[in-house]
Amino acid sequence: MLNRLFSGDLPRSRMLTLLLIAIVAGLALVPFIFPGAKAINVAAKICVFIVLVASFDLLLGYTGIVSFAHTMFFGIGAYGVSIALTRMGPTWAAVAAGIAAALAMSLVLSLLIGLFSLRVKAIFYAMITLAVASAFQTFASQMSEITGGEDGLSFKVPELLRHGFALSDQPFLGVSLDGKLISYYLLFAVSVVLFLLMLRIVNSPFGRVLQAIRENDFRAEALGYRTVVYRTLSNVLSAGFATLAGVLLALWLRYNGPDTSLSFEIMIDILLMVVIGGMGTMYGAVVGATLFVIAQNYLQDLMKLASDAANGIPLLSNLVHPDRWLLWLGILFVVSVYRFPTGIVGKLRAKVLGKP
Amino acid sequence: MSAPLLRLEGVHTHIGAYHILHGVDLDVAQGELTVLLGRNGAGKTTTLRTIMGLWQASQGSIRFDGEDIGACRTPEIAQHGIAYVPENMGIFADLTVCENMLLAARGARRAQDIDERRLTWIFGLFPALQKFWQHPAGLLSGGQKQMLAVARAIVEPRKLLLVDEPSKGLAPAIIQNMIAAFRELKQTDTTILLVEQNFHFARQLGDRVAVMDDGRIVHSGAMAELAEDEDLQQRLLGLSLAAHQ
Repeated sequence: MLNRLFSGDLPRSRMLTLLLIAIVAGLALVPFIFPGAKAINVAAKICVFIVLVASFDLLLGYTGIVSFAHTMFFGIGAYGVSIALTRMGPTWAAVAAGIAAALAMSLVLSLLIGLFSLRVKAIFYAMITLAVASAFQTFASQMSEITGGEDGLSFKVPELLRHGFALSDQPFLGVSLDGKLISYYLLFAVSVVLFLLMLRIVNSPFGRVLQAIRENDFRAEALGYRTVVYRTLSNVLSAGFATLAGVLLALWLRYNGPDTSLSFEIMIDILLMVVIGGMGTMYGAVVGATLFVIAQNYLQDLMKLASDAANGIPLLSNLVHPDRWLLWLGILFVVSVYRFPTGIVGKLRAKVLGKP
Repeated sequence: MSAPLLRLEGVHTHIGAYHILHGVDLDVAQGELTVLLGRNGAGKTTTLRTIMGLWQASQGSIRFDGEDIGACRTPEIAQHGIAYVPENMGIFADLTVCENMLLAARGARRAQDIDERRLTWIFGLFPALQKFWQHPAGLLSGGQKQMLAVARAIVEPRKLLLVDEPSKGLAPAIIQNMIAAFRELKQTDTTILLVEQNFHFARQLGDRVAVMDDGRIVHSGAMAELAEDEDLQQRLLGLSLAAHQ
């Protein structure tokens, strides 16, 4: 049963299993364990990024395609529901229309980029995607009548997801059963389903061919596989999942703008999360996204505690001052990449593989 | 010699600015093992890659089973029933032995979908593959990787096998295993075109031989003739079998 749910791709390491159980249990129980707006916002962001990073891993880790247009598809998803909800009003029909339109646009764009660009060498493909993504970001900013320009769009969501909506007057285990809680669990459930779906894809015969192409596309062709078709399909699937991650983000934030879903900073974050978690492992997306988002949100708080404790020690208190959190975040990533060159999941799994 | 399954006529191949094959004429007879011999850089690997469509012939014709495959793309050529075992153990290192085999067994989703009799036969040829069935192929030894590369090519019945230097870099004991495996494969009437530099290996298996030099076939005939004629060996290959043993 469990083996089927995980498509036969279980963590294969006791340490990794424990880590994943802790992350999933933490995400599932966040509203009850850590009350307060920040914790639930961080948990929601982790769920969205798990889907987004896993979808990028499908492309980079499993197919060996380096694309910088991933945030474009993420943005298309976020803008799709934002525009639909702004124009059609806060209804589920608007959500469905936004998702359908965004998926259709991502499908067409990813198909075109794939068919026209995946025949060229990897570095040129990366450059093409970078150019397309930059052009799209500018386009989104300038089409202010539709997209809200630099200010973005704030919109209302269907009533069930509004913070003011109350499912019951009585709190459950001290937590109000309101629209925010429903939104969070909807986001959590959809993220779990999307992740398991991606796990199924990479462990299917199709996923096996993608991995073969990543290792050596000539050999894959010699076995009878049309690599351009498989690469393009991988591009389309990856774009589709990134679009759905964008939808989830917009529904959670009830706002979307160019910096929220289209910025190049997000692309760099995704790359770091994939590398830290472990490329070509899927579970790496869970570990990488969780560690990165937590570090991004709590490192400053942690450093404030350290700075207060080191008060009076001239150099040390300056060094751990909360304003220097980005420096420490950078150092942490350099150390983690140095310590785990195949990512945390790659390292943990390598320990259980013995040479025959 | 029986009717050719594969016929190359006047095949020229350019790689960038370099003219590698200068009009290759080669017949590979149905049900026989033809060995392509020649020194380094003679054009043997280029010939195989050109047949497979990995490099396009700039001139000449390649006919397989009565059809012109010269303009076909690699996947189409593979789908015609030609399997290619590249040199340097062309396996997928990150995938398990099982996954490598499944890639070549088109239509098989799981190991259970592979023809059981054929798999048992392959395990008989290469017992190490059964032992390390769920191990990543990258962790196998050199000889085991070569066994996997050959096993992958025969996991489904193919009309023609193109095998590039299967003995390269292998220990003598493993080479003997490989010879035994190819001998058994020959019993199944599989047509094989084998590129080799190791004449000792080649003479034990070949029905026919073609010798290449400077991008051309300079000799073709029965392997038995070449194996017995030391002068011919000396002239074509710069060695004699007696010196090689």
